[in-house]
Amino acid sequence: MRPKLSLLSPDLIERIIDEGMQLLMDPGVRVHNEEALRLLEEAGAAVDRTTQVARIPEAIVRRALATAPPAFDLYSLDGEPVVHYGGDAVHFDPGSAGVAILDSATQTQRPPVTADFVRFIKLAEMLPQIDAQSTAMVCRDVPEEIGDLYRLYLVLSYSRKPIVTGAFRKDTFWVMRDLLAAVAGGEEALAARPIAIFDVCPSPPLLWSDLTCQNLIDCARSSIPAELVSMPLAGATAPVTLAGAVVQHTAECLSGVTICQLARPGAPIVWGGSPAAFDMREGTPPMGDVGTWMIDCAYAEVGKALNLPTHAYLGMSDAKVVDAQCGLESAGGTLLAALAGINMVSGAGMMDFESCLSYEKLVIDAEIIGMAKRLIAGIEAREDPIALTVMRRLGHRADYLAEPHTLRWFAKELYIASPVIDRGSLDSWERKGRKTAFDRARERAEQLVAAYRPAGLADDVRRELRRITVAAARGFGMDELPPLPEG
Amino acid sequence: MENDLLSLIKTTLIDGDPERTATLVQQALSEGLAPLAIVEQGLVPGMTVVGDRFASGEYFLPQLVIAARCMQAAMDILQPELLRRQEAVARAGTVVIGTVKGDIHEIGKNLVATMLSAAGFQVFDLGVNVPGEQFVEKVRETGAQILGLSALLTTTMTEQREVIAALEQAGLRDRVKVIIGGAPVNQRWAESIGADGYAEDAVGAVALARRLLGR
Ligand code: B12
Repeated sequence: MRPKLSLLSPDLIERIIDEGMQLLMDPGVRVHNEEALRLLEEAGAAVDRTTQVARIPEAIVRRALATAPPAFDLYSLDGEPVVHYGGDAVHFDPGSAGVAILDSATQTQRPPVTADFVRFIKLAEMLPQIDAQSTAMVCRDVPEEIGDLYRLYLVLSYSRKPIVTGAFRKDTFWVMRDLLAAVAGGEEALAARPIAIFDVCPSPPLLWSDLTCQNLIDCARSSIPAELVSMPLAGATAPVTLAGAVVQHTAECLSGVTICQLARPGAPIVWGGSPAAFDMREGTPPMGDVGTWMIDCAYAEVGKALNLPTHAYLGMSDAKVVDAQCGLESAGGTLLAALAGINMVSGAGMMDFESCLSYEKLVIDAEIIGMAKRLIAGIEAREDPIALTVMRRLGHRADYLAEPHTLRWFAKELYIASPVIDRGSLDSWERKGRKTAFDRARERAEQLVAAYRPAGLADDVRRELRRITVAAARGFGMDELPPLPEG
Repeated sequence: MENDLLSLIKTTLIDGDPERTATLVQQALSEGLAPLAIVEQGLVPGMTVVGDRFASGEYFLPQLVIAARCMQAAMDILQPELLRRQEAVARAGTVVIGTVKGDIHEIGKNLVATMLSAAGFQVFDLGVNVPGEQFVEKVRETGAQILGLSALLTTTMTEQREVIAALEQAGLRDRVKVIIGGAPVNQRWAESIGADGYAEDAVGAVALARRLLGR
């Protein structure tokens, strides 16, 4: 049996969806994008051009929900459908768009450069628990204006895994689309077998900025999957009651699904988010808070009730170093996300709200993810009878290590942790130098990065990626890109 | 008798009831209390208590923010009256603040603005996605001593530099101290774009503003 977390009664889910629908009529959604306003108006929404508020009747939203696909796949660069968005499938990718890297040697934050991100990509590539890459950090050794597409360029150059990404501008989306098409073998091939998904964030409460709205429409038109990242901050930009925050999330996502489906019916769209229960002392959006986890898991239930694929930012920590707080917050969010059956869980390796990434945290989070995946694989009988045969054969002897039954099942039944998790004796731990989890994670990160093998992109594709990126960089006054690290 | 009303205004502000604060302030005015006395013996002592309780962890942001709203509601009533009498409340200074063009992150900027007003600054908050010219215009109009620029994106932090350039162009750079903040920003960035200061949070922003004005 697959263990499942449920936080909302069916009745509460209905009321949440109903109130979400009602909000789309009154007060309506602010849409700061001409094209979206036109689409909504043509579909029958009441649009006020001066306030840019659209009031969207439920019937239009219901039609959009009916054309939104309940499931789709993301493909690896080898053409394998490795991420399934839909049902209760659960996958993990690192947190994205960080503005800092936790330096391994000094354990302090600094702005990331190309070499940092490439190292991070290699590490994520080598960790089997991590299902997809994300454009995890914004490199500061290239012009800010190409920060979004440059991240994608690096991931495509070093990884085979599907990618969770996003654009920071309207024009750069098209460059990013070109990069993806170059690797996928053209725009049609990309549409047929998407290798990346774009995060698009409405702004709480009930606003679609011009940029994100255009990204959403452009994704739909290009058949590139989009992930709605609605982030009510309970008590700051949204009602403080957890259910109230989920209502706001529902309304924002419903408006997103509607705009997406009006742009192109059938375009893949994901019910996602990054909400937080606002910290009333510090004024921060804590990602490791129990209230945050609950809002996430609850909105995922709403998304499932609407038969849509789901996403959440979970498994992050607000700690500034990789310490006990970091471990406990990451574990809590990750385990709950798995139990909630969220299709894509973004956040591994991320800390200090959503600002900073750490190699060591990524390595430790991979262990948490491994355990979470084991947890939701559940407990099965495996044999029939379950234990009678083997226990009767052994009688009262404790000789299970030598049993073929053990050999047959142990690797399937037990999660085999990496040496990051210390399970040796006190003696051996002291002999090895009393290393902390951080020390062990740093060593493992070094080993994994050293063992990384090149992604195997064809030379002409590699050249094309560089050509597209250099052309974009030239537009912003940078003639040469930083040299790419080996590998 | 007077003192009762003033201490009632103080406790109403501490309890966080903007409507009642406004009503009481109205009442105090019509009973002939001096506007300055209402501010200095009612509102400010109340705000000090709230600030202390927030600092000690007894109060949380909602209490702080709603107290600032009480203050605002009271000042809306008192300001015309003060003007009429040509009196002025002693202010810590005047601040223009906003989130730069292309950026709509507002929570941090709002907190900084709230803390600054709670600390006695007069704050003009221009909101989010504010074009450079608008900052310049408001600084000119208000004669603000401090300009606060918030940016949360690596793509918009460069806009902080543009605003400083625009101030220079307008010949206003010497008249105003520019302070900056936001997640991707740090002290080094502040120095490199010629800002006068950087603070990592709202409490730091107040200390910074005070220091820059030599208070
Ligand atoms: C909440 C949030 C949003 C909300 C904002 C809601 C709102 N109404 O403000 C929404 C959903 C709208 C949003 C949108 C986007 N966001 Co956003 N967002 C955040 C998040 C999670 C928290 C920001 C926040 O409110 N923090 C809490 C406050 C209290 O902290 P603060 O803002 O830092 O402010 C404090 C200090 O910095 C300082 N301070 C701030 N301003 C000032 C000014 C002065 C003068 C001084 C002295 C001090 C000071 O004092 C404040 C109080 O202590 C951050 C993550 C992060 N760690 O910052 C991402 C983050 C900033 N966002 C990010 C991104 C990418 C986006 C989008 C581009 C996403 C998209 N593709 O759609 C859009 C951008 C839209 C736009 N054009 O602006 C990235 C930036 C990445 C980068 N490299 O630039 C971040 C880092 C998250 C991430 N890793 O992906 N976001």
